[in-house]
Amino acid sequence: MKPTLVPPDAPTTYADVWTFRTPRARLALWFGWLALVALFVYCWQVMNADTMWVFVADAPGQAADLGSRMWPPSMAYLPELMAPLWDTLNIATLGTLGGVIMAVPVAFLAARNTTPSRVWIRPVALLVIVTSRSINSLIWALLLVAILGPGLLAGVVAIALRSIGFVGKLLYEAIEETDARQVEAISATGASAAQRLDYAIVPQVMPAFWAIALFRWDINIRESTILGLVGAGGIGLKLQASINVLAWPQVATILLVILATVLVSEWVSARVRQAIM
Amino acid sequence: MLELQQLYKTYATGDTALRDVSFVVPRGQVMGLIGPSGAGKSTLIRCINRLVDPSAGRILLGDTDLAQVGRSELRRQRRRIGMIFQEYALVERLTVMENVLSGRLGYVPFWRSFTRRFPGRDIENAYRLLDRVGLLEHADKRADALSGGQRQRVGIARALAQEPALLLVDEPTASLDPKTSRQIMRLIIEVCDERDLPAIVNIHDVPLAQQFMHRIVGLRAGEVVFDGTPAALDEAVLGDIYGAEDWTAMRREHEEDQAAEADATRRVAEVAR
Amino acid sequence: MSLETTYPTRWRRPPRMLRDRRWRFVVQGAVLAYLVLAMGSLDIEWSRVVEGLARGQRFVEGFLQPDFTSRWSDIRQGLIESLTMTLTATVVGVLISVPIGIGGARNLVPAPVYGICRTIIAVSRSLQEIIIAIFLVAMFGFGPLAGFVTLSFASIGFIAKLLADDIEEIDPRQVEAIRATGAGWWQVLHYAIQPQVMPRLIGLSLYRLDINFRESAVIGIVGAGGIGATLNTAIDRYEYDSAGAILLIVIVIVMLAEYGSSYLRRFLQ
Repeated sequence: MKPTLVPPDAPTTYADVWTFRTPRARLALWFGWLALVALFVYCWQVMNADTMWVFVADAPGQAADLGSRMWPPSMAYLPELMAPLWDTLNIATLGTLGGVIMAVPVAFLAARNTTPSRVWIRPVALLVIVTSRSINSLIWALLLVAILGPGLLAGVVAIALRSIGFVGKLLYEAIEETDARQVEAISATGASAAQRLDYAIVPQVMPAFWAIALFRWDINIRESTILGLVGAGGIGLKLQASINVLAWPQVATILLVILATVLVSEWVSARVRQAIM
Repeated sequence: MLELQQLYKTYATGDTALRDVSFVVPRGQVMGLIGPSGAGKSTLIRCINRLVDPSAGRILLGDTDLAQVGRSELRRQRRRIGMIFQEYALVERLTVMENVLSGRLGYVPFWRSFTRRFPGRDIENAYRLLDRVGLLEHADKRADALSGGQRQRVGIARALAQEPALLLVDEPTASLDPKTSRQIMRLIIEVCDERDLPAIVNIHDVPLAQQFMHRIVGLRAGEVVFDGTPAALDEAVLGDIYGAEDWTAMRREHEEDQAAEADATRRVAEVAR
Repeated sequence: MSLETTYPTRWRRPPRMLRDRRWRFVVQGAVLAYLVLAMGSLDIEWSRVVEGLARGQRFVEGFLQPDFTSRWSDIRQGLIESLTMTLTATVVGVLISVPIGIGGARNLVPAPVYGICRTIIAVSRSLQEIIIAIFLVAMFGFGPLAGFVTLSFASIGFIAKLLADDIEEIDPRQVEAIRATGAGWWQVLHYAIQPQVMPRLIGLSLYRLDINFRESAVIGIVGAGGIGATLNTAIDRYEYDSAGAILLIVIVIVMLAEYGSSYLRRFLQ
């Protein structure tokens, strides 16, 4: 080493302790973790105040018992499942269709760049979206079965109502991300507001729209398999009925059919997505 | 003919973008607007078709004061003003033809534009314009399948489809290579000559402006500091517009660019030989 | 280009998909046929629907004038169960997800470990929470413990999958750089992987907390504790004003959680 490279006032010793964070940040971090642990312990105790630990200790035995009853699945039951499976597909597809149709105007009202009024209409649209999103489709189904009576219609409407929030949220985010210059260029030609939507914004959000609708359809297939538990039609009705009479081999068959349906729908939506994009 | 009288623009933030801007652009004149970035070129051009609302002053296109027109009248006036953008601003996912026809949006009712059933005369004219800019066989392609130069040609065709009385051009060559830039600039000059169309061209490339513009207006901090022929644009004036130091740096850069380009051409020629 | 050139006066936009006319016809026909069939399978009883509209109106009224007081002790109990099982299940779910997520990253572990971890993830993802809950209630008995296990299990599929995908996408140069210093597997994990995925893990955990709360409002329907059980009872008894109150509470908590987690995420970055 050339001596000239060393500045005259260079320190001869260096600190042998190096820390990643400042002491204050470390303290805050430790305190945060400690609080989380304390909260966890407290919640655990509150939650399990009424737990019968005898049952819990028995759980592995119960599981083994259940498993042995379910095996082998009842293949003879399979043909009987085809009609409910068709219903399930219809609930998911029609529900997605209805949800998308209702979500599109909501999304345009909620997006900052297309809403007619940021002060009055946008909050209402956002409220619709958050309400629809907060309530699970099974709860929607529970309500709708009470209102409309058991059947496919309640299932379709439940799926549609839940889809509004999901599709609406993702779609309005896509609308807000559109390229403002393309919109400006269309405005500059003297286009009306409706024409601006049609020529500048819709073409830009179309790919996102298809992807979102397909994604939701995929989720809706899963959700519609269980709606029958509360009476909203589909294969879930059979599941409920089989559990009620403790026909475990039938339950196993139903679960396998549901699993297969979910996998097939995932495959289909992946293929369609590839074809469209 | 376009006439600006004492135009001012102050943004809500308190920044003054334009201060007492007045000039007249007669029919058939292509006017270059030069100045450093932030001088208000873009604001000025956007005030004319009211993409930005001016704070004070008059904008006379023919007999109409554009600064005063209401909402529905603004739509009618905007269709008389064609605009060409820096990054082409085509709707990327529509076909070239739809982009050109979008220049007619101000003239047709919504149902026609929505069903894409434009009047036969509009379609014929759109084909003629595409032929004029040399893209006839690309009509059914999607805009994002074209190169930069081709997209800007579509942008020109869209502006001309409006059958405008005025052309506003915002940095048309900023994202193009030097050769394409000159072709695009030449095309703009030609179509303006053919139609006896007045035009305002924002341009940052001073030599390009001097080569093509009929007249040049220099803007500095929102004020007009030069208005004259390209020939009158000497070193002193340019120093005044851009600030002496910046201008020298810019010129050096340009000279280096030209030298590099000439060098490349020579090398290619040598290799070819 | 001659002056007499004539141009077409008609133009149709070329179709974006299915350029062949026959194919387009077949596909459109199939879609239409499906819609007719599917609509037919709905089998709507209009008299029942009309009857239901009155009830629907009562529900909307209940929602607008929610009754928090008359079932307050039930609602309170359900909320406490929901909130406690949400928190505990998220914590436990994250703790289990981290090793499984690391094991599911192809760039870090040998193939057999990868296979096992990815299988666990796939199983957890493809089973609905409700179905898991039915079985766990049968095993553990009614109550929030079954709900806790359900949500923990469901969290694994979600967090471990996204975590594993994240680790697979991290910058390999940083890993290489740390490895080049002679670091062992654990040191690579600590110095190269952890800093890159930690912010994302925190974000995912907060997001999952939000999802778990929403799910906790559902699994009560099959007896796994939480506010869902209270809601189910209220709807069964046609007490729409209490049901409206419960739904409003759920919506407000979800909104608060969303707002809070976005704030917390910004704070932690």
